[in-house]
Amino acid sequence: MYAFEYHRPASVAEAVRLLREKPEAKLLAGGHTLIPTLKQRLAQPSDLVDLGGIAELRGIREEGGALVIGAATPHGEVETSDLVRRTIPALAHLAGEIGDPQVRNRGTIGGSIANNDPAADWPAAVLGLGATVRTDRREIAADDFFTGMFETALEADEIVTAVVFPRPRRAAYAKFPNPASRYAMVGVFVAETDGGVRVAVTGAAPCVFRLTALERALAANFAPEAVDGVTVDASELNSDIHASADYRAHLVKVMAKRAIASALG
Amino acid sequence: MPRVVMRVNGKEVSGEVEPRTLLVEFLREHLGLTGTHVGCDTSQCGCCVVHLDGRSVKSCTVLAVQCEGAEVLTIEGLARNGELHPIQRAFHECHGLQCGFCTPGMIMSALELLQRHPAPTEPQVRAWLEGNLCRCTGYHNIVRAILQAAEEMRQAPRPAA
Repeated sequence: MYAFEYHRPASVAEAVRLLREKPEAKLLAGGHTLIPTLKQRLAQPSDLVDLGGIAELRGIREEGGALVIGAATPHGEVETSDLVRRTIPALAHLAGEIGDPQVRNRGTIGGSIANNDPAADWPAAVLGLGATVRTDRREIAADDFFTGMFETALEADEIVTAVVFPRPRRAAYAKFPNPASRYAMVGVFVAETDGGVRVAVTGAAPCVFRLTALERALAANFAPEAVDGVTVDASELNSDIHASADYRAHLVKVMAKRAIASALG
Repeated sequence: MPRVVMRVNGKEVSGEVEPRTLLVEFLREHLGLTGTHVGCDTSQCGCCVVHLDGRSVKSCTVLAVQCEGAEVLTIEGLARNGELHPIQRAFHECHGLQCGFCTPGMIMSALELLQRHPAPTEPQVRAWLEGNLCRCTGYHNIVRAILQAAEEMRQAPRPAA
């Protein structure tokens, strides 16, 4: 690791002020992407602004029928939360499939979506449920938040404070994990919401995306068989040492079927 | 250099560390607590697992400065008055270790499992050990040891470690 200065602000406002003062600073949430990145000297921030001391960023609560998860809430808390299991069990299931127990004790939902790793799980849930990302200054719809590989709509000095998930009628997530890293080679989140059916795919392409052809098919018939009539275009998908684009296209349909079957319970 | 103060195995400790110092480096190199091992140094193998405020974490992926004011428990903090913790004893009795390198992390990981689930099923134990790798591949006896320790701890609970 290159050397850096460390700050532990007690409030979001103070963290924003630090980011403005130190243009080469990075935010530190759970650290389970950032610290390995620093160890490999793939990044050289001048300062780390640790969000771990800001109590207002942590916790899970209901707000007007929606589920609000604080940005610094670790995956393990979402996995084991009675409130999450009662209201949107698909989120508890998704959180429980991230990494391993020790990773889940540290990694956070806010860190995951702000990083927007193409193979991360949380972006699928945020986009699949049509959630709203709350920041220190505004609310961003999921459809506008994830803009590209490791890119989001966040400004350089903007901090995610919470994610607001509307309650779906039913939802589920199915993931084909890489056997070594547990990152999604393909993950599909399916939700039937008040605003219609939404399907979000992670792990398959440079950025999480909605599979609108399947959304239309499921709107007509919310059943695993609906997947059969949908074509997944492999030309837009990733090929790497783990899987070819064609294989990922195949996995999208398999995972979609499993997610739908699971949502039907 | 920043000064960091935390409690390790019930005792207050402090040290001057560079911000980039990892918790595992602080434990091993500043405090001499070399029971916590560094295996992969990439958050995968689990040899460096310790408890931070009651939750198991990979201490190669936590900065020492993040632990200001925190409660840390390492493998050295488990035995009481020379008597092994039931999980340590079970690893010994069930032959739950071969080379022993992964053992401290396995035991610290198992401790959180048994605190959360005093009566885990075998699949639960195996799933929980997802983040702990044994290169001797001695998993069967590790799982047996944890199940035996669970039973013993249910019969004779001791105050929280």
